[in-house]
Amino acid sequence: MLEMRFNKKLWHFTLEMELEIGNQILVLWGQSGAGKTTVLHCLAGLRTPSSGQIRLNRRVLYSANERINIPTRSRNVGYLFQDYALFPHMTVYNNVMYGLKSKRYKKNGANGPGMDPAEILNSFGVGHLVDRYPAQLSGGEKQRVALARALVVEPELLLLDEPFSALDKENKIKLREEIKKLHRQWQIPFVLVSHDEEDAGFLGDVIVTMEKGKPRAH
Amino acid sequence: MPFQLEDWFPVFLSLRVAVIAVFLVTCLGLPLSRLLARREFYGKDFVEAALTLPLVLPPSVIGWFADVNRYKNGLFGRLLSDLGLTLIFTWWAAILASTVVAFPLMYQSAKAAFKSVDENYEKAARTLGAGEWRIFFTVTLPLAWPGIIAGLVLSFARALGEFGATLMVAGNIPGQTQTVPLAIYFAVESGDNATAQTLVAIITIFSFAVIFWVNWWAKRRNY
Repeated sequence: MLEMRFNKKLWHFTLEMELEIGNQILVLWGQSGAGKTTVLHCLAGLRTPSSGQIRLNRRVLYSANERINIPTRSRNVGYLFQDYALFPHMTVYNNVMYGLKSKRYKKNGANGPGMDPAEILNSFGVGHLVDRYPAQLSGGEKQRVALARALVVEPELLLLDEPFSALDKENKIKLREEIKKLHRQWQIPFVLVSHDEEDAGFLGDVIVTMEKGKPRAH
Repeated sequence: MPFQLEDWFPVFLSLRVAVIAVFLVTCLGLPLSRLLARREFYGKDFVEAALTLPLVLPPSVIGWFADVNRYKNGLFGRLLSDLGLTLIFTWWAAILASTVVAFPLMYQSAKAAFKSVDENYEKAARTLGAGEWRIFFTVTLPLAWPGIIAGLVLSFARALGEFGATLMVAGNIPGQTQTVPLAIYFAVESGDNATAQTLVAIITIFSFAVIFWVNWWAKRRNY
């Protein structure tokens, strides 16, 4: 369950979000400059809203009234960046291991053995690439590795920023289906940002059109 | 007169001064440049200009400022004399002079290097649960490495070649504060061409070798 009620003042307009979703895929659709990525940044804690609150399951991630603002590293929110942001100086394996080595994961992982990086890479069909560097991967491979890296720490929410913008049509259709399947498997809320109407229609359980910061539900 | 063992003194002193100066410059320059690369605050331009000033000021001006005797009645000067420390005309003064002139080179290179690191890598690390220190040492620093290497080479070269400010605050005391650039200057001055030539050869070959090695080492990355 993800609940967001917040305002964020931006240069030209004020972003106003008021939404509640269960374990669904929420697609934020709209032109560039409509504030879609800013919403993801606020959810991940990379930017701070001006007022309001954000709740994920039973945790308050942000509340202006209660002066709560959980730092990004403790939010347990997965983020797939538009350009994937794979660490260029680390192999695929070390990229996926990065999150497993953080304190947050070690704390939370006490109740289970945790996920095996090799296993999750295999399940994404990129298990044979563990020793490669990001520069040696194709666009589709990069995205699968980035997904594996974001999910291996078992986040409670996955944010996807324009996940198909760097892919050709064929790869895009394949990955769209994979993401839908992934969502059924993981049973956590996904928030996906896209400017493509077709992607929005295919993936979205809830689709919200954004214009100058004002959401409009379909 | 052939080149004797004590003639090597300026070479060892210069190396020692340059290495310690680069160490100090790195300790000061890396945190400062990281802090200023991504932060905006009131008066930042002023701070930036002040930090770069030693690069453009004539060395004699640096020497004038660094002449600790001038401050001997001030708080800092009294503290030093209470501790029984004298800086002026010791090789520590040479280190001070080299550090001040080499600092802007390290600072500028490191700042450009930190700025060139795509912020999304740091953001990605944050979403993966990493704290700021871990991000600095595992993401930012390795990605900024080539630029920092450049800063190390430049500041080392500048510290090794420091002449004017060193002469003013450390003096030219053979066997105590006489670095290579000073030794060459005073050898030529006194007509001792053999010593000058040998020192010139040593310092040229050594500097070339260091820069060559550092460049080779920085290129040897596998991504």
